[in-house]
Amino acid sequence: MTDFGSVLFVFVLATFIGLGVIRRVSRLLYTPLMSLTNAISAIAVVGSIVVTGAEYPRTIRILGAIALFASMTNIVSGFLITDRMLKMFKKQ
Amino acid sequence: MIRLIGELAAVLATALFIFALYWMNDPKSARRGVYAGVTGMTVAIVATWIQPEIVHHGWIFLAIVGGFAVGIPLSRVPLTAVPQRTALSHAFGGLAAGLVGTAEYFLWLGEHQSQLTPFRTSALVAEVILGFLTFTGSIMAAGKLQEVRWMPQRPVTYPGQNVVNIGVLAIAVGLGVVLVLHPTAPWSGQIFIAIAVLSLIFGVLLIIPIGGADMPTVISILNAYAGLAAVAMGFVLDNKLLVTAGALDGSSGLILSIIMCRAMNRSFTNVLFGAFGKAQPALAAGAEQKAWKQESVEGAAQMLEQARSVVIIPGYGMAVAQAQHKVRELYDALTKRGVSVKFAIHPVAGRMPGHMNVLLAEANIPYSALVEMDEINPEMPQTDVALVLGANDVVNPAARYGKSTPIYGMPIIDADKAKTVLAVKRSKNPGFAGIDNELYVLDNTWMLFGDAKAVLSDLVKQFGGGGIH
Repeated sequence: MTDFGSVLFVFVLATFIGLGVIRRVSRLLYTPLMSLTNAISAIAVVGSIVVTGAEYPRTIRILGAIALFASMTNIVSGFLITDRMLKMFKKQ
Repeated sequence: MIRLIGELAAVLATALFIFALYWMNDPKSARRGVYAGVTGMTVAIVATWIQPEIVHHGWIFLAIVGGFAVGIPLSRVPLTAVPQRTALSHAFGGLAAGLVGTAEYFLWLGEHQSQLTPFRTSALVAEVILGFLTFTGSIMAAGKLQEVRWMPQRPVTYPGQNVVNIGVLAIAVGLGVVLVLHPTAPWSGQIFIAIAVLSLIFGVLLIIPIGGADMPTVISILNAYAGLAAVAMGFVLDNKLLVTAGALDGSSGLILSIIMCRAMNRSFTNVLFGAFGKAQPALAAGAEQKAWKQESVEGAAQMLEQARSVVIIPGYGMAVAQAQHKVRELYDALTKRGVSVKFAIHPVAGRMPGHMNVLLAEANIPYSALVEMDEINPEMPQTDVALVLGANDVVNPAARYGKSTPIYGMPIIDADKAKTVLAVKRSKNPGFAGIDNELYVLDNTWMLFGDAKAVLSDLVKQFGGGGIH
């Protein structure tokens, strides 16, 4: 059986770390910050991989494949556009 | 063994994601953050893919290729379109969470009903509500930002709107409670679908009354929702990596929302349920309507050249006109003549947090010249010329005392305190919030009407060859 207590524990700690780290982010970089966190939260891709690739009924796997495609789009476009924007800030 | 690799990969990916965000504290180290993020993501994907329960690889491969095929063009949009790209990616994030939640629920309903514990069912309900409302809400926001023709740009309001909106959400949550109590009844599948549909509808209803000026806040809130949907998915799948990454995204969205709300002196509820521009009271009702004074490009160029210090205040108008490169030319022309030029950046200028900074960085304007509102305001009285470039509400003095205006109490850039104000404005209509801006009729204000890019190229020409010297 799963241990929800420890997942909750991780959630609370991660939120505090997130608040602490994000508060220090340069105000110049809020737009790239948003595309970066967006790419990172597309880690939902790991859930989609399991749903798509495991021995599950076909309809379930179709839903998983669409979710996987959506997450993968976010990962690729999120990281690429963040880097594109940050390159502009770095030139100076 | 493979399980252990999976666990270790998750820990490594978590650490890399935290470093990625940490390095965003300085533009110099920020790109390292992207590499850390990419590495963390690759590690997590590979470690999941090699797990023994993954037996069908074809579809995974196809979906990943599809993600690259769509993601690469999406990352090459012009920087003025970054707000709608961001909204679209929140939509994809929400969709993924909603679909995985739906798939998992029906999987367990069909085969492993014992898995649908009250805690897990609650997490599923949260995942599906947050995921699907973020999906449609973000699609709506992206459509409004892209100015899709059939989508109304101005806020759409009707009587009883808030009652309808909250009602739809309340029914969805209520059905969620029913589902938690009876996760495996014969009719539970239909209840689940009803929750999903109501959430999709709620997302649309939530964004209908939102206007362009509220977009920076709304995008940040949708960002937080997308993160929370990923957290809920982590609870459902008992996956700590998902919970951590979602929490990082959620807290980022939360902090940005708070900053945006503060910059407008409004609360979350006020942004979401208090449609901007709903009441558009004529500010100067009764008072005589003063006329604006128009200035020629030649005159404006002369004012700028004779100034010692110029503060440029960019707004959405600069983004729409794609005028950032012309701004750079003007910046060069003026600095070459020994004029000190700074940019005053209001936190909600543009359509998303940091929008102006990115556009000006694209035009190679050094970021040391970009000054935040709180730092520039004390300097405004000593500034010779404030050049307002397609900004409106963020420089409207009515925010200081106009209790009946929707922008009352919003901190503004004190353009009116500069010795001279030059305002470039697309049309003679009021701005997005539909409020008259008396900055334009002050004694020391001169107007330049026209598209920001066209006006700026004319200005730059004055500094070029045969103009004034």
